[in-house]
Amino acid sequence: MAVKLPTVGDATPTQHEIHTHAVADKSVEIVSDSGEGAQKCGQIFGTVSAKMGNGVWTVEIIPAEVEPPPRSPAGASGIRIRLGSDLVTNWGDETNLVVAFNEQALLGRHRLNALADDATILLENMWATHPDDAVRAQWEAGMEELAGSGYRIIEVPMEEECLAVVDNPRRGKNMFVLGMLSWIYHRDLDLTREQIAETFRKKAPEVTERSHGLLDLGYTWASQNLDFRYEIPAAQSDRPMVVMNGNEAIAFGAVAAGLELAAMYPITPATSVSHMLGDVFETFGGVVHQAEDEIAAAGVAVGASYAGKCAFTITSGPGLALKTEFLGLAIMTEIPLVVVDVQRGGPSTGLPTKVEQSDLLAAVFGQPGDAPHVVVAPATIEECFHVMTSARRIAEALRTVVIVLSDANLATGVAPYPRPLMSEGWQSIPADQRPIPEGLKPYDWDPATGISRRFIPGQVGGEHTVTGLAHDEGSKVAYDSAVNERASTMRSRKIAAFQSTLRPPVVNGDTTGDLLVVGWGSTKGAIEEAIDRARGEGLRVSSLHLTFLSPLPPGLKEIFSGFTKVMTVEINYSDKPGDPFITEQNRRRGQLSWLLRSSTLVDVDCWTRVLGEPLRPGRILAAIRESIPRGGRA
Amino acid sequence: MISQSCGLLHAAHEDDRVFGMDDYQGPVARWCSGCGDHSVLAASQRLLSERQLAPESTVFVSGIGCSSRFPHYMKTYGFHGIHGRALTIATGVKLTRPDLDVFVVMGDGDCISIGAGHWVHAVRYNVNMVALLLDNEIYGLTKKQTSPTTPQGYGTNTQPRGSYLPAMNPLEATLGITNASFVAQTAEWIPAHLFATLKAAYDHEGFAFVRILQRCPHFTADLFEAAVKQPDLVEILEGPGGIRVESLDGIYDNKVEHDPSDLGGARALAQDSEVVRVGLFFKDESRPRYDETRSLSKHSAREKIEILDRELERYAV
Repeated sequence: MAVKLPTVGDATPTQHEIHTHAVADKSVEIVSDSGEGAQKCGQIFGTVSAKMGNGVWTVEIIPAEVEPPPRSPAGASGIRIRLGSDLVTNWGDETNLVVAFNEQALLGRHRLNALADDATILLENMWATHPDDAVRAQWEAGMEELAGSGYRIIEVPMEEECLAVVDNPRRGKNMFVLGMLSWIYHRDLDLTREQIAETFRKKAPEVTERSHGLLDLGYTWASQNLDFRYEIPAAQSDRPMVVMNGNEAIAFGAVAAGLELAAMYPITPATSVSHMLGDVFETFGGVVHQAEDEIAAAGVAVGASYAGKCAFTITSGPGLALKTEFLGLAIMTEIPLVVVDVQRGGPSTGLPTKVEQSDLLAAVFGQPGDAPHVVVAPATIEECFHVMTSARRIAEALRTVVIVLSDANLATGVAPYPRPLMSEGWQSIPADQRPIPEGLKPYDWDPATGISRRFIPGQVGGEHTVTGLAHDEGSKVAYDSAVNERASTMRSRKIAAFQSTLRPPVVNGDTTGDLLVVGWGSTKGAIEEAIDRARGEGLRVSSLHLTFLSPLPPGLKEIFSGFTKVMTVEINYSDKPGDPFITEQNRRRGQLSWLLRSSTLVDVDCWTRVLGEPLRPGRILAAIRESIPRGGRA
Repeated sequence: MISQSCGLLHAAHEDDRVFGMDDYQGPVARWCSGCGDHSVLAASQRLLSERQLAPESTVFVSGIGCSSRFPHYMKTYGFHGIHGRALTIATGVKLTRPDLDVFVVMGDGDCISIGAGHWVHAVRYNVNMVALLLDNEIYGLTKKQTSPTTPQGYGTNTQPRGSYLPAMNPLEATLGITNASFVAQTAEWIPAHLFATLKAAYDHEGFAFVRILQRCPHFTADLFEAAVKQPDLVEILEGPGGIRVESLDGIYDNKVEHDPSDLGGARALAQDSEVVRVGLFFKDESRPRYDETRSLSKHSAREKIEILDRELERYAV
């Protein structure tokens, strides 16, 4: 039902009743055409909320094109911000409040079932009276389509209002919206003004001034015309916090980890790491090398690492495929290398801007030949920061490749986390600088661990040629089959020795029950929220989240034995039981479940979806209810 | 390519060491007898001795193919990489360790075919190193397949009725790449010219691209047979700033005057012709070098952490 509220054009502020709802958790989406600044608005709103002590998670809604046709459902660009009183770890379920710059962007979200049945919608209504007949017809049709839902649609003359302050409202509407949201959510206006100034610090001062004017306008309009507000109590953390997205956290983490060279080729959704590095890295000592292609990016990183520097390369699925041969070379020559894969939907070009966790098996097994290495997946934005230090250390200690599997959900999700206390030690030079003892060979593998000392060009007495050919301790080409067997054993033993240092993962919830949900990567927050709700319903369900995917941590089989059923929850494809032709034997399963089944011989089931969006806790909860063995209630 | 000194690794050597050719000799090379690779190996070892390069600060990077075994036969640091990608590895080494002398050894399949993208961009990056294209106009290690430089009509195992298309001309192509700074051609059967060319390439400040024509006695023994036997079929480029080899006077007297700063003239001379042209086609040390614009930090670990902490402040809540 569309509600027409009085506009601010009235001489005196409207006296009306305002309902303030105290809630613990609320999400809002801002959707528009590309280039209208919905994301900037949401980012400022999210950051201010974090500064006020709220839990925050923001996710960008990004079309695949830079500027898709305006007013099209598939071109909807925007952002979702979920606020809470406590820590918010994921984007939540359907959204309760939407600000839409046009009805087509709104329809895009409506058709994706992104909105709660009773959502409130603040909709720009300039299209209703647009001079173009076609636009008015689209508006009418759109309103008709939406009429069947239970939404409360409030028409807002955004553009008309903005004209009071700016000539081109398309360039300022987002700040008006920020003002409306600031009133609705009781945001601190001074903090918001500061954040606007920070956001536009590189632009002319008039931009900030104009934005402040629009902010006030939106705030006033909302206070005079809207009848609802939300109060989300916040608790200031006693620890200093920072707020950023996962790609920024990876970039900061890389610098903190002492990585000096980032070699990359532009690819979505990984590229913003290099934007961040390009912005700040070079002011204090790093090189972002934009290579001619993905392969060259890997090659430059391998060359730099061979030369004794700390280098990493960053990419997404298609790029990981191209780098494959270099990963094999780095593993064979035992050159440390950190590779960040910010996963997107696949295969092939797939869903470039959307989340998926489909690169797991490619990351673990993708290199032809036996190529043991390490695969690790951060689960939170905070972990995106710290994983870089771990990855560098592991790569150097083991002289191998470490693949970091992030994804589009972490890459664009923004959330606060405790400010890292960085250490100078993280920057230390990787190589053993002492002279090379007489007779020591470049691969003098310790038979107990497979680990050998790394020689760096420039070290006297260490001259040798590394080679991708099978080679012996002296890096001499192996013409003897026993040498290949021994070298393969040593490269594998390093990984086994490393695995022996890992701790068994900790179960979230009871260590026994009817169902154990196992996840990895960015789904942790959504899974654990679903588990909490399921346990609240009395279901005997727990969860386990894996950080190391290769090697897998110890103790999994023992943990699994405490549960009637084990099931992975992942954002990758699996056949559903009951699908045509599908049997227990030929079913293609979620990627983690393949790994767990083969390593534990436990009949691990899976529930997976590839909808191009982060998992919603409510949907995981539904899957838990459906999958939990009968009689599962306590 | 005279490298900058760098104290990173505190090389523990005495600077009064004197290196003879044998100080750079690795194991006996396993190339066929009569293979041109032997000649390039010897000339390289002679160059290193002539310029007294410390073995520990010299890196030979190669791809895959017969000639890419090259680093194994040197007693320096070496990187026998993957097919076509030697230039990328070498770029990574030189960008981060300007103190090292970097040489890249590639075959024609390696550089002109599978690694063509890297070749084009490495020329443009103009990173200070020596790149040697050992061009025998055939795939040797995989046993006689057509390469991009195999002459049209020349029979191979993959194109037994003769290579279908005109051969690529690596000199012309390289001279066409923006920011090329050193392009030379020499032949392995003229060791004095080969050595003089390697010296000029090493002394160049920038990316020195040298195409070395060479025989494969096994698969293309006939390709350069006439030029080897008849010095008149070889034309030597000479001129101020070029490569002058006096010892060849009286043997190789077919000469052409060329100014290596003349790019148009170089391109004209690089076109296919009845004679084999060797010499310095083009040189311009004023071209921008990527490695000069990109250098690693001089900040201490503490300074870096402090700067990073300040940057982090912008994200503080």
